[in-house]
Amino acid sequence: MKKIIVIVFLSLFTAVALFGIVAAEPPKELTVSAAISLKNAFEELGKLYEVKHAGTKVLFNFGASGDLARQIEGGAPVDVFASAAQKDMDDIAAKGYILPGSRVDFVKNVIVLITPKSSVVKSFMALASDSVKRIAAGNPKTVPAGRYAAEVFDYYKITGPIKDKLVYAENVRQVLDYVARGEVDAGVVYATDAAVRSAETRIAAEAPEASHKPVVYPIAVVKGTKSESAANSFIDIVRSKEGSAILKKYGFRIP
Amino acid sequence: MDSSALFSIQLSLMVAVVSTFFIIVIGIPLAYLLARKNFLGKEVLDILLTLPLVLPPTVTGYYLIVAFGRNGFIGRYLYEWMDWTVMFTWYAAVLASFVVALPLMIKTGRAALEAVDGNLINAAYTLGHSNWETALRVTLPLAKRGLLAGVVLSFARALGEFGATLMLAGNIPGKTATMPLVIYSLAASGDWSEATLMVVLLTLMAGIFLYLANRYSKTIF
Repeated sequence: MKKIIVIVFLSLFTAVALFGIVAAEPPKELTVSAAISLKNAFEELGKLYEVKHAGTKVLFNFGASGDLARQIEGGAPVDVFASAAQKDMDDIAAKGYILPGSRVDFVKNVIVLITPKSSVVKSFMALASDSVKRIAAGNPKTVPAGRYAAEVFDYYKITGPIKDKLVYAENVRQVLDYVARGEVDAGVVYATDAAVRSAETRIAAEAPEASHKPVVYPIAVVKGTKSESAANSFIDIVRSKEGSAILKKYGFRIP
Repeated sequence: MDSSALFSIQLSLMVAVVSTFFIIVIGIPLAYLLARKNFLGKEVLDILLTLPLVLPPTVTGYYLIVAFGRNGFIGRYLYEWMDWTVMFTWYAAVLASFVVALPLMIKTGRAALEAVDGNLINAAYTLGHSNWETALRVTLPLAKRGLLAGVVLSFARALGEFGATLMLAGNIPGKTATMPLVIYSLAASGDWSEATLMVVLLTLMAGIFLYLANRYSKTIF
């Protein structure tokens, strides 16, 4: 027993010592909480920011917009929040966690119907046909992409006919995965998701703008930030010409 | 593999080791109290400590934010006194892993300690051993197999902790993103080859650890 205790203590202290060396805090940090769908684009934007504002390190916290909002409510030290849904931003703005006047819509996304590579489905209407057996979509209660999908189904008046074919997923990447693995015949995701697995999926149709509420992502400075000017200049970079070019590269559109 | 992925391996091991350390130091005495002592609210305490095993980790994470966030009922005072919040630091990852893995130590430990033959404990008392001596030299050594199993399970659970960590520590590459969080990010951004590599690494680490625990638990004790 004594031996074990000694081993545990020794490994603990070695580990702590090692960690101390690695985790020496950099001088200035800007923490950006962003929807996970923005990951690739934001990492590139972060590099751009660090080039233009030498001395400040951008830390990203990626997750589901709802979780990120809960963290901010709980007092997480976040400077900038970029949400994939207006609802989550509205929630925390109403509770006073957002710096008034800093909020702005910065990208637009497109809702698309995707299928496995070999499929012949060409439109939303085709989902009602007998050849389509299973359709994946986000759960409209919790997943923003699922709410948009439900609106599109209503627009084409196929909600009734496809009701029994729907498979609900708990996030939009799960829908993408089902389609990419051929587990379902079709799925509704964002254009930016489809771009991630373009080798295994094809875009069968794009939902027209009139068919659903606009998919616009808001970004804002979080109240209580200790680096308001750095937070503002991050948003400026996101909205700059170079920033827009990066976002477009990953399939986003600029409103 | 980029630097934040390499960092996550080190961080995951750190978090698992440190949280297991606290689980040993705090969990074993708690298991002993629950197994051997009677006090008011004992079963309530057992239930509270076991809940994180049953609740979805995200819910546990949410509770932790409500308690330890800058606006939380404990975190608020920390922030007032020290201008510091545990959220988004690696301590948060330790705290999340600790809370989620602790029930495994307590449940296993309590069962092992309750199974110790009461006659042997009473014999120790009649031979003049104090409470402390009896606990350290009779009860705990007789339950060591079960206690060790609790430690092993806790460590394994801490190594793989995801949901509560994501909520309380955030998913910040190079700072708080442990291996499971890095895997989540890589899969979400479609980086499947790197994600697979991390998945294989984590599986190997867990497998090797469990193998060593099984292999040497008999010879060390």
